[in-house]
Amino acid sequence: MKTSPSVTSDVASEGVPASHESAGRIRPSWLQRLRVQLERTGMLLVLALLVIVFAVNQPAFLNIDNLFSILQAVSIVALLGIGVTVTLAAGGFDLSVGSLAASAQMAASYVLIVWHGNALEAVAACLVLGIAAGLFNGLLITRLRVPDQLATLGTLFLLAGLQLIPTGGRSLATGTILPDGTETTGVFPDAFLALGRLRLFDVVPLPVVVLLVLTVVACVVMETTRWGRVIYAIGGNETAARLAGAPTARYRVAAYVASGVIASLGGVLIAARVGRGDVSAGHSMLLDAVASALVGYAVWGAKRPNVFGTVVGAVFVGVLLNGLTMLNAPYYMQDFIKGVLLVGALAFTFSVGRGTESHA
Amino acid sequence: MTVPVLTARAVSKRFGPTLALDRADLSIHAGEVVALMGANGAGKSTLVKILSGVYSPDDGELSLRGQPFRPASPQDAKRCGVATVHQSIADAVVPTLSIADNLLLDRLCDPSSPWRATPVARLQAAAPLAERVGLEVDLSAPLASLSLASQQLVTLARALATRPALLILDEPTASLSAPEAERLFGLLDRLRAEGVAILLVSHRLGDLRRIAGRVTIVRDGRVVADLRAPIDFDAAVETMIGRPLRIQAADVGAAAVSDSASAFAAQVPYFSVRDLQLTSGSIPFDLDVQRGEIVAIAGPVGGGKSRFARAIFGATHATSGAMTLDGKSWRPRSPADAIRAGVFLAGEDRWRSSLFPDSVPFASIAGTLSFPFLSHWFKHGRVHRAREQRAATEAIERFGIRCTGPDDRLTRLSGGNQQKVVLARWHAQPARLLLLDEPFQGVDAGARADIVDTLRRHAPERATLVFVSDLEEALEIADRVVRFDRATLDHVSPSDLTSYVHS
Repeated sequence: MKTSPSVTSDVASEGVPASHESAGRIRPSWLQRLRVQLERTGMLLVLALLVIVFAVNQPAFLNIDNLFSILQAVSIVALLGIGVTVTLAAGGFDLSVGSLAASAQMAASYVLIVWHGNALEAVAACLVLGIAAGLFNGLLITRLRVPDQLATLGTLFLLAGLQLIPTGGRSLATGTILPDGTETTGVFPDAFLALGRLRLFDVVPLPVVVLLVLTVVACVVMETTRWGRVIYAIGGNETAARLAGAPTARYRVAAYVASGVIASLGGVLIAARVGRGDVSAGHSMLLDAVASALVGYAVWGAKRPNVFGTVVGAVFVGVLLNGLTMLNAPYYMQDFIKGVLLVGALAFTFSVGRGTESHA
Repeated sequence: MTVPVLTARAVSKRFGPTLALDRADLSIHAGEVVALMGANGAGKSTLVKILSGVYSPDDGELSLRGQPFRPASPQDAKRCGVATVHQSIADAVVPTLSIADNLLLDRLCDPSSPWRATPVARLQAAAPLAERVGLEVDLSAPLASLSLASQQLVTLARALATRPALLILDEPTASLSAPEAERLFGLLDRLRAEGVAILLVSHRLGDLRRIAGRVTIVRDGRVVADLRAPIDFDAAVETMIGRPLRIQAADVGAAAVSDSASAFAAQVPYFSVRDLQLTSGSIPFDLDVQRGEIVAIAGPVGGGKSRFARAIFGATHATSGAMTLDGKSWRPRSPADAIRAGVFLAGEDRWRSSLFPDSVPFASIAGTLSFPFLSHWFKHGRVHRAREQRAATEAIERFGIRCTGPDDRLTRLSGGNQQKVVLARWHAQPARLLLLDEPFQGVDAGARADIVDTLRRHAPERATLVFVSDLEEALEIADRVVRFDRATLDHVSPSDLTSYVHS
């Protein structure tokens, strides 16, 4: 394409103010670069430091079995955290993941023990429950325009209550008496229990494998595909996303469905590990999952919900609790320690690097 | 001469590596209206924020009525007699509270005010404030029931409640129609007569011509000129942007208006609107646009221009009527539909309608540019960075976006360059019909000339509709200008338009 003379002179004259602008700027000093580096790697460095401290004080900490038991312990919280992260990225907040996992766990037990279903049917029932809960959340939010946190808080109570009704508030195992007086006779088949208890090559627990696969899938989708971009765009500026042609309501519903499916998968893993339908399962999981997602903001200087950070956050909590337990810290300290970590990570995320932001 | 109300001497402010303000001097006397002019990023906002107590200067001295003035906060500045009305009305009001409570907001938030204020007492206290700015409405109604212009009067009334010696107005007419702006100027004239000193920041030359007694021009953080009346505004603009203006807006526009009428009359229209009724009460109208033509839809803010644009784009639906594009009926169900068909809208207020905040990972030039076309460019889902960077590099060159590369964050660019990115986005794919809603909002004269150039160069490929509230801007960009108000169109002859501009 040919450019007219007026255009070329325009470009030339533009060069003058540009040089003025650059004259006012100084190259970042090594201190600033160090700060940027710390912002990125700070959380990972602290995690590495923790591992070293624990390993020096208690060599058994670095045992392969112990490391995988940490991962197994955090796998379900990390899974729920991934779901929360996806909804956070879409500008929402799924507070129902904990009670959804608990309900899914009860549903799986009910299918196995009362309905004498097989493992596949139990898993399928859980996933259907997850999709239904996600759709319910999504439609409450996009159709009825209930604010995200309130809608999912409602679903939290709804599901937490719903799971108690079929068994009359009792935990569900072979021989439990149901409200109508019948005694249950079904059992957890080995195929189902394997989901929570099998170790790949006798080392890697299956829930850890599930977590790993889901982390990779979620990372790839959220960071490298257009679908992930649309989700982040909706979280950043929904109007701009809609005016750029994104079907925002559909994406927001999809984010809640994804979160629901992941949470119900977490429920399956709980049921398979515990081997019965436990009414008290999943009580602290919501807070732990949310904490992981928020700690994740601080990982790699992201300052936004991100799947990798969430998983690192969950592992961080697991390492800390496991190590402290090995060093004989009392169990009742755990919640306090999690609180300290969360507040510290949030302070780190939102204070560090404020000075480097543009003033415009 | 008397002691100035406010003097700033050698005031400097540095943000990290950037020197935003470099030994700036400024003085304002009682009853004087001083306009602060400067391109985006020149340091106007920094100077205003120092005067209003948001920032404290790194260096230099401020004095108010001869006394040293070092405001610790905006509240402190207000107590000392410097009141500021910021451009963004939404940040200054609480829509759910009553108008009276909004007028008294500073008083209600003041810890030393009495803890009890009955609704009746509040209405009584608010009445004189409303009266001072000529706001004649039911003060117990919620603020949200007011028009944007009246909401702005509320913020102005609030600023005047403390009887300030200096009133700072940041882009006060940005969201006002011509009569509304004139009402504001009338009010400012009265304040000036009362001896209030007024510092005005505005991009609109019309405003400055109407009201400013003196113009102070900042460029690259320095005060480069201080012009007294009579002010040569063309020279002022050239001083501001640091180079001569290329387009004499009104002349070119007027010539184009008469030319295009004959040139396009014979052809079949490329895009046409028939009996379009935008809202249930509005008058239906027709409009024809040819391929290659740039038509400006000019009219006051709140006159329904944006609604018209959004109706063509499928973001809202008209009550009745029909549209045709390139011989086919045009009925988009959503923006996605419109974008697929090559009908693009660059919305007004870029940070609300187009751009993503910095927390979004791809809020860079490349990511902003590619977003609407992701599903078209990356059918299998995976985003290829090289593809979008290539598009961005091309756009940077084509639009003369001043940046270090396609991965620059949008927040790092100046307002004019951000706007160029928004426009460049809708040139990344060929458009059949391009809709630009207030494309010059918050853009200085230099960047505006660049944008006009580029739009004109690409105009032959498509039909272009530009929705603007500033007639001067309309004449600068368009082949043909039509007036739009109350959600309908009225045709005006070219001579009427030009006389309007020069009046």
